[in-house]
Amino acid sequence: MTELRAERAVESLGVPRIEARSKRLRYVDALIAVAAFAVLAMLPFLFSSKALLDFVIRCSAFGLFATSLNLLVGYTGMISFGHGMFFGLGAYGFGLIMQRAGLPIPIAFIGTLLMTTVVAVVIGAICVRLKEIYFAFVTLAFQMLIHSMILSWVSLTGGDQGLRGGIPRPAFLGIDLSNHMHLYVVSCALLVIGLLLMRQIAQSPFGYTLRMIRDNASRASFIGIDVWRAKLAIFVLSALFASTGGIIMCLFVSGAYPEFAYWTISGEGIFINMLGGVTTFLGPMVGTVLLLILNDTVTRLTEYYGIVLGIVILFFAIGLRKGLMDFAVEWYEQRRDGAKERAR
Amino acid sequence: MLEVQQLSKSFGGVKAADDITLSFADGSLTAVIGPNGAGKSTFFNLITGALKPDSGRILLNGVDMAGRSPPDVARHGIGRAFQVASIFPSLTVHETMLAAVCADQRRAGVLHRRFPLAETRDRAEHAMEVLGLAGKRDRTAATLSHGDQKLLDIALALVLDPQVLLLDEPTAGMGTEERWRMIDKVHELWERQKITVVFIEHDMDIVFKIAPTIVVLCYGRILATGTPDAIRQNPAVIEAYLGTEHHAEAAT
Repeated sequence: MTELRAERAVESLGVPRIEARSKRLRYVDALIAVAAFAVLAMLPFLFSSKALLDFVIRCSAFGLFATSLNLLVGYTGMISFGHGMFFGLGAYGFGLIMQRAGLPIPIAFIGTLLMTTVVAVVIGAICVRLKEIYFAFVTLAFQMLIHSMILSWVSLTGGDQGLRGGIPRPAFLGIDLSNHMHLYVVSCALLVIGLLLMRQIAQSPFGYTLRMIRDNASRASFIGIDVWRAKLAIFVLSALFASTGGIIMCLFVSGAYPEFAYWTISGEGIFINMLGGVTTFLGPMVGTVLLLILNDTVTRLTEYYGIVLGIVILFFAIGLRKGLMDFAVEWYEQRRDGAKERAR
Repeated sequence: MLEVQQLSKSFGGVKAADDITLSFADGSLTAVIGPNGAGKSTFFNLITGALKPDSGRILLNGVDMAGRSPPDVARHGIGRAFQVASIFPSLTVHETMLAAVCADQRRAGVLHRRFPLAETRDRAEHAMEVLGLAGKRDRTAATLSHGDQKLLDIALALVLDPQVLLLDEPTAGMGTEERWRMIDKVHELWERQKITVVFIEHDMDIVFKIAPTIVVLCYGRILATGTPDAIRQNPAVIEAYLGTEHHAEAAT
């Protein structure tokens, strides 16, 4: 079956074509991004539901977070249990800069990303040398460390009360983020730009270096790849996108709370990835939407939210052993091959 | 020119490499033989940076490689293939080659452009051509036959344009016929590419037929080096190695 498929691919794929195709795909990605943004920007005109816009904003925050986690889990094979710390760091970093320094939002945004970079480089330098389970647990340990720092450093972070009193959101360049519509459009823009950038990372030569490391890190080192450096680079890059997710969350709730940095956020990230699937780029995004829908409907129906979620996790982990997008792709490939078969 | 001088490495009390001194001239083809546990793979691991030697030097054109990391050694021009094909299961043959060339051109970290890069194309193409993998370019590595996986592993080393190619049992796990095909390929490669090839091999028929120079290792030491004829008649080799195993192999 696979053999047949491969043989056919051989006929149709010359080398020059693969390059032309990859260049074309870049434009296709950009086009899809623009189209997606246009659709999202139209939503408020089609539906006047504020809840829907809130939903999309939350999807943006968690979607960026989960997709960035997939750069580690799916593309590089580094399963981090502590990725949520960068989400929390983004939210707290941004909230604190806005509350304490009162800088313009773009500068606070960049400042937060710089701070995330520094923290991610330090934590990454310690963690990325570790293998599988050790990496997972040491990242988790760092997450707990940051979480308890947030809890205990009351004078700075407000402890378990979080950053209260609202985050000032002064207008910049005609954008006023205290206006719900503006916040919505900016969140969508950040989501689409973030996804596009991550897509570029995944499809760049560096993205293929990551795949090599995932498949066989030792072999990669024998062809001259500095595995440690590549892992550190993707650890920091993905932290930046997670942090951006946290910033959106901070803007959305106009505050930052210790739960944003708690390990359950990392757990949700992993769960989203399982739900959506890690073999496709958009899997985590689909997973995000699913989880948030699940979240919202189940909490409305029952207080036993955890039980329902647990059962769904078990269903995906043990029953399907795949994410939803993985299934969609397989189904599509089978159909396409079937159609070609019939056409012959 | 690859020169190994007084190379030693022990694990606990076991000397896996004991004062090994050898030199491999440019463009030479050398077979390394020896019983199991003789330190053949350790020897390769020391040269390629997978293990740090306790003492000794590894000079590639006069530059010491001892103690360098595997990527560093690879970038200096020592490529290796493994006893158990070491490949990237989920990448296609073509992607594997393109990504490896990228790594060799120090473009493995390029973020702003799409994979594959045009400038990696020709060399990837060439390596696939040379090893006869061009027809399987779009197969994922995991779906290749055992022999093709071994070829892909060698292609991964070859695509780096190495000065020295180390092949750890290129024929491991193959049937007789496949072995000869493989070894013909290696021989052809050596003739065409004019690189220094060192390979580990268990099959004595193969070794004596194609290798102009043979190194015999035993308990981490060099038992003998020389031409096939000299090795065949070397009493120490016969006693330690050939005597028993050659008969055993002839019997099977």
